[in-house]
Amino acid sequence: MTRLLPAQFADLEPYAQTWCRRTEAERWAVRAASSMQELADFYDAAFPRLEAAIEYCDEHPLDALPDDVGRLVELVHSVVMVSMAVEIFGQPKTVDSADAVLHRVREPRP
Amino acid sequence: MTQWPKPPEGSWTEHYPALGTGTVCFDDSVSPEFYELEREAIFKRAWLNVGRVEDLPRIGSCFTKEITIANASVILVRGADDEVRAFHNICRHRGNRLVWSDDPHQETGGVYRQFTCKYHGWRYDLQGACTFVQQEDEFFDLDKSSCGLAPVHCDIWNGFIFVNLDARPRQGLREFLGPMITGLDGYPFEKMTEHYDFVAENNSNWKLFADAFQEYYHVPSLHPQQVPPAVRDPGAGFTCAHFQCDGPHRLVSTAGTRRWALPEECMYPIERVTRSGLVGPWETPDVGALPDGVNPGKVDPWGISNFQVFPNLEILVYAGWYILYRYWPTSPRSHRFEATLGFHPARTVRQRVEHEVASVVFKEFALQDAGMLGGTQAALETGVLHEFPLSDQEILVRHFHKVVADWVGAYRREGIGAVG
Ligand code: FES
Ligand SMILES: [Fe+2]
Repeated sequence: MTRLLPAQFADLEPYAQTWCRRTEAERWAVRAASSMQELADFYDAAFPRLEAAIEYCDEHPLDALPDDVGRLVELVHSVVMVSMAVEIFGQPKTVDSADAVLHRVREPRP
Repeated sequence: MTQWPKPPEGSWTEHYPALGTGTVCFDDSVSPEFYELEREAIFKRAWLNVGRVEDLPRIGSCFTKEITIANASVILVRGADDEVRAFHNICRHRGNRLVWSDDPHQETGGVYRQFTCKYHGWRYDLQGACTFVQQEDEFFDLDKSSCGLAPVHCDIWNGFIFVNLDARPRQGLREFLGPMITGLDGYPFEKMTEHYDFVAENNSNWKLFADAFQEYYHVPSLHPQQVPPAVRDPGAGFTCAHFQCDGPHRLVSTAGTRRWALPEECMYPIERVTRSGLVGPWETPDVGALPDGVNPGKVDPWGISNFQVFPNLEILVYAGWYILYRYWPTSPRSHRFEATLGFHPARTVRQRVEHEVASVVFKEFALQDAGMLGGTQAALETGVLHEFPLSDQEILVRHFHKVVADWVGAYRREGIGAVG
């Protein structure tokens, strides 16, 4: 299998296929479609590595990230997305959001 | 909890005697007849913010704005002379929509060299002049120079693009905004060009949704998760530091907490690691002194000021970033909600992650507001209750509905005058 993340983050490779997502809309959709167990597994593996991942990415200029580093940034964004469910709401969907939706239609990359 | 001083009258509400302290009727948020009146009395008269100058970065940049309640589709375009102009989105030949993609009611945009009507090929330049008529000699007495696009009044304040659909606006933009809003002159919006844009179709009246963003009384009840469980006080209230009304516009300021100075349990782990969260990035680039108008109540420590620009714009300013909300009515019971978060452009991945955290947290809690308001709309529509009590913390809700009623009342009186 081809490696998606920098070698230093090989431990997160099992999550890369699912969680390296270019847009917030995709990350939101994956979170919504995941079980709490799946979210917790990813969070437990990735959250302790968050500081190191941000530091590693920061060694590269934001506008010229190598592909694998860019994917690591996407994974970091996914940790942020999943942390809401794990740390705050205890469920994949925002508590008390009823049938409301809110689409992010423009965002910077990565 | 800090108790902030109230005005000498004893309350913020009584500081503005015209507001009264009685119950408030929300029939204005369910009545189809009232919606029809708002169309004429407010949305065809007030200055309406449709975007920021950053949305039109270069010559030929263009976007369309559907103002459903005013039956208007407006083209915003930066002309060859670098001026921003607004036109009705309608071809002068036989009335086709000029700038659109597959759905004439969907907004669109891009960079244009000119506008070409898809129907018979008439062309217009970026300043709205008609430049080409197919088989011009087949027409009768056609003067191309008088076939330019129908202009819409357009003006810019501090980078905010406003239009006015009135044939002759009753006030200029600056006069309309008044001293409290123009107190934001000099706030460096133009430096915060990294934008995160959100849209939603919400199933509530536009005013009911705006109400949820002009009081913080609901925060402990609807958004308890904003405080981590270890330090959550089930009996907690929320008191704002300063309220102010000026003409049709409103403002509320709240105190700021220095998140990074708080004990660990006062924030979520994701906030600690990313140094960002509910109140945005903990540190933002120094932009020098902010204009006094940002914090007219001299709240110390100051956190945010929330400017409600009548009728449907909210500008929420922090020291180093801002949020915009716009509420576009689409029916008595629905509106299109737009939100923009503006940050200093990230120079590092860490800064980009800070912005991502703020944007993600914002969405979670805005969804709680949007979810709740569907329930308010449904219940009000039963028509069982009409009069509701409002606390001093909800003074801006009271003021908003009064201003709406005042504008509708003024329109009605003019109508009666015209008939008589
Ligand atoms: S309607 Fe536009 S060219 Fe005929
Ligand atoms: Fe809220």
